Amino acid sequence: MNSVPSAPLATASTRPRIQHVEMRGIVKRFPGVLANDHVDFDVQAGEIHALLGENGAGKTTLMKILYGMYQPDEGEIRINGRPVRIASPRDAIALGIGMVHQHFMLVETLTVAENVALGLPSSRGLLTDLDVVARRLRELGERYGLVVDPHAYIWQLSVGQQQRVEILKALYRGADVLILDEPTAVLTPQEVEELFAVMRQMAREGHGLVFISHKLHEVLAISDRITVLRDGRKIGTRPARETTKEELARWMVGREVRFHLEKEPARPGPVLLELEDVHAESDRGTPALQGVSLQVRAGEILGLAGVSGNGQRELAQVVAGLRPVTRGRVRLLDQDVTEASPAARMDLGLAYIPEERMKDGLIQEFTVAENLILRDHHKPPFSRKGFLHWPTVYAHSRRLIQAFRIKTPSVKTPARYLSGGNLQKIVLARELAREPKVILAAQPTRGLDIGATEYVRERLLEQRTRGAAVLLISEDLDEILVLSDRIAVIYEGRIMAVMPREEATVERLGLLMAGVEEKEKG
Amino acid sequence: MKRLTDVLFDALLPLLAASLALLVGAVFLMVMRVNPLTAYAALVEGAFGTPNAVAETLVKATPLLLVGLGICIAFQANVINIGGEGQMIVGAILGTLVGLTFTDWPGWVVIPLAMLTGFVGGALWGGIPGVLKAYFNVNEILSTVMMNAIAVQIMNYLLRGPMIDPVQKAMASEIPQTAALEMAFRLPRWVPTRLHLGTLLAVVLAVVVHVFLWHTVWGYRIRAVGKNPDASRYAGIPVKRYTVLALLLSGAFAGLAGVVQVYGVNYRMITDGSASGFTGNAGFNGIVAALFGGLHPLGTVPASVLFGALLVGANKMQRAVQVPSALVIALNGLVVVFVVSSEYWRRRRQRRRMALQREAEAPRPVQETAAASSASGGQD
Ligand SMILES: Nc1ncnc2c1ncn2[C@@H]1O[C@H](COP(=O)(O)OP(=O)(O)O)[C@@H](O)[C@H]1O
Ligand SMILES: [Mg+2]
Repeated sequence: MNSVPSAPLATASTRPRIQHVEMRGIVKRFPGVLANDHVDFDVQAGEIHALLGENGAGKTTLMKILYGMYQPDEGEIRINGRPVRIASPRDAIALGIGMVHQHFMLVETLTVAENVALGLPSSRGLLTDLDVVARRLRELGERYGLVVDPHAYIWQLSVGQQQRVEILKALYRGADVLILDEPTAVLTPQEVEELFAVMRQMAREGHGLVFISHKLHEVLAISDRITVLRDGRKIGTRPARETTKEELARWMVGREVRFHLEKEPARPGPVLLELEDVHAESDRGTPALQGVSLQVRAGEILGLAGVSGNGQRELAQVVAGLRPVTRGRVRLLDQDVTEASPAARMDLGLAYIPEERMKDGLIQEFTVAENLILRDHHKPPFSRKGFLHWPTVYAHSRRLIQAFRIKTPSVKTPARYLSGGNLQKIVLARELAREPKVILAAQPTRGLDIGATEYVRERLLEQRTRGAAVLLISEDLDEILVLSDRIAVIYEGRIMAVMPREEATVERLGLLMAGVEEKEKG
Repeated sequence: MKRLTDVLFDALLPLLAASLALLVGAVFLMVMRVNPLTAYAALVEGAFGTPNAVAETLVKATPLLLVGLGICIAFQANVINIGGEGQMIVGAILGTLVGLTFTDWPGWVVIPLAMLTGFVGGALWGGIPGVLKAYFNVNEILSTVMMNAIAVQIMNYLLRGPMIDPVQKAMASEIPQTAALEMAFRLPRWVPTRLHLGTLLAVVLAVVVHVFLWHTVWGYRIRAVGKNPDASRYAGIPVKRYTVLALLLSGAFAGLAGVVQVYGVNYRMITDGSASGFTGNAGFNGIVAALFGGLHPLGTVPASVLFGALLVGANKMQRAVQVPSALVIALNGLVVVFVVSSEYWRRRRQRRRMALQREAEAPRPVQETAAASSASGGQD
């Protein structure tokens, strides 16, 4: 790996390149938490080493120690075999370690080049020649496939582009080892692919990369080695080739995770939700749904697969009554609800788990209890004659908090203090406690960690067994395949095909999702 | 979740801001060669020194409180009502008309009827900007201000013509004022002061608004719509209707303030051509009182009293130390600026506090909101 030819990077001209970084026996305590408990970790030049673990496992803490932002209580760090002390990020940068944080640290009102020049340890302040910086950034950008206009202002850039700036900034400062903290959390699937290409290129150029994530398939797709943390402890390290999703999942959550949930065969009943030749427009007025017909029966889960942006959002809104149809009919339990209000549909027994739960499913400033009655606050027993009855609301909330294992200090805690998984449980509890007849679940597990994901999926299956009709909209093919009894594929606002689960394969779905029509058989 | 120090900080911040304003005012006074201690002593004396002073302070505080209650409702729905002046005027005109029309009806019928009419009039004047905002996306700040201008013109026209006091007409002095209300229609007073029953009514209504906002379905929905219209819509709440309702109620309370001002203090309407000639700026100062009270109906009660005291005391101070009245106006302005900016600052601080807390306690939500906002940003 030493043979990789590489031009010296900006400030890293004198010191030797990092071949190996090693952390040994790292302990870090925070008040009340042992964030890292004797953790060993190492990364070599030219490899991508994933750090996998659920939220709160201690991944960020471990890497902030390597980057000099925290001091370990115990343990040591060695670079190329020699012990080093990293007292600050400045030291880390000088040693050749860079980090891209979960939250970007860019000044919005400055340009890309200015941002890079700003943080330079050896910068001559604002006298740094910005044109030189810009030229160097272009070179780096071409080399690694990170194209960004050095003179663009940060606020003009998308989140994905801002991330590139952060990576460029680290490279500019001569990072041999680059830490990426949950870089994919803010990216679209396409951007994730682009990021992975950049990461591979960097590894080829002899950089060592630490990739933090809690998403199994990403980690398996990109890494050379994988280390799993749980509750601050290292569970193990494995070459990516020698491990499986199941093993990693077990390590992450500390018990067996069922990727193939036990499913009784579906006993489909009457059609409860029916769309007939539905047309609708997007927010921009372009056609979003172009003749969608679907039927969902009691006791079955119909999975709707598709690449994001092919009309799923609009379809969900049409079913919920939040978007008018320009043509076609929507029927709920044999009633024509095409013109009915969202509230009227809910009263018929429709539950809706919206895609953007933070924005559309919850009121962050409201308490847990207030959120739990968002749908039914105007009905007995929560209110009578227009007056809310808080004791009943709180009792109801406590029951749901228990039943759905929502972790919250109290019923009166504002929702914004809860973690993402618990917020989704609030939505789920609110919607499912009404014993709905039809459930519309849009991306119900997006952004959740394994434990919460498994929980949500089990609840949905439970509802199906209970006899609810479930329309599951998901971009996660695994999810569709695990949960669905029948699968429909949507592409550019049209249903490409509907098939029983048994006839679906990833390949077949993938082709349909890409818009490849199937030839009629026979 | 909130620490005690934070709670205290939030409660004391408006007071702190007001004190700072007075401190800056002290510099002004010193420049004018007036001892600020003497001046402020006169201010406190003027506001609270005698039973009559206290009564005057409360009389001044009453319309601030009534307007402020409406402002609390509007702010909960995340709308801003700058139309208190016009709403007060319209409420007062309608309420006065009732009193001048049914002169031989008993007081216990006319007074409530006049209040109801004024309430409805204010609601109308607030509801129109509400409808414009909810259904035509017209900025409520602009429309409420314009409704103020219209109300003043209507008042000036009516008081110079159709509603003018017949006595004025007969004497040809043409002072633009209505006839006086019957003795039986005037709100009971605590003689010899001007303190009237309207003050008690306002305090009772503060409790009513509190119950309304936190214990009724309508109040719940107004708060939901104000905090997150998207989630409210998804939950089946008709968002636009509740935006209108909030502005409508906000206007109604200002309208009631106008009626109470006529039936409790002036006993007639009189105009000097401007809105403030009738309202004494209560339509605007009520907003400050509400902010001062933390946008909470119960907090607005003491806040109105303090602000009323400032207004009353400043007049006394002006007479005692012989400073130009412009200085008194400047002093009021300073308090408004300091209190409003402290509220702004408090919110920023709160956001930062939240962000810090989230980062420390649960790394997850921060990151997810970032993801959510970027996703929604992409769709816009
Ligand atoms: N600055 C801090 N102060 C106190 N506790 C912290 C701090 N940073 C992290 N923690 C705690 O340490 C644990 C590990 O957090 P973190 O390293 O952020 O996890 P991960 O990145 O794996 O999600 C969590 O329980 C978290 O609450
Ligand atoms: Mg983290």
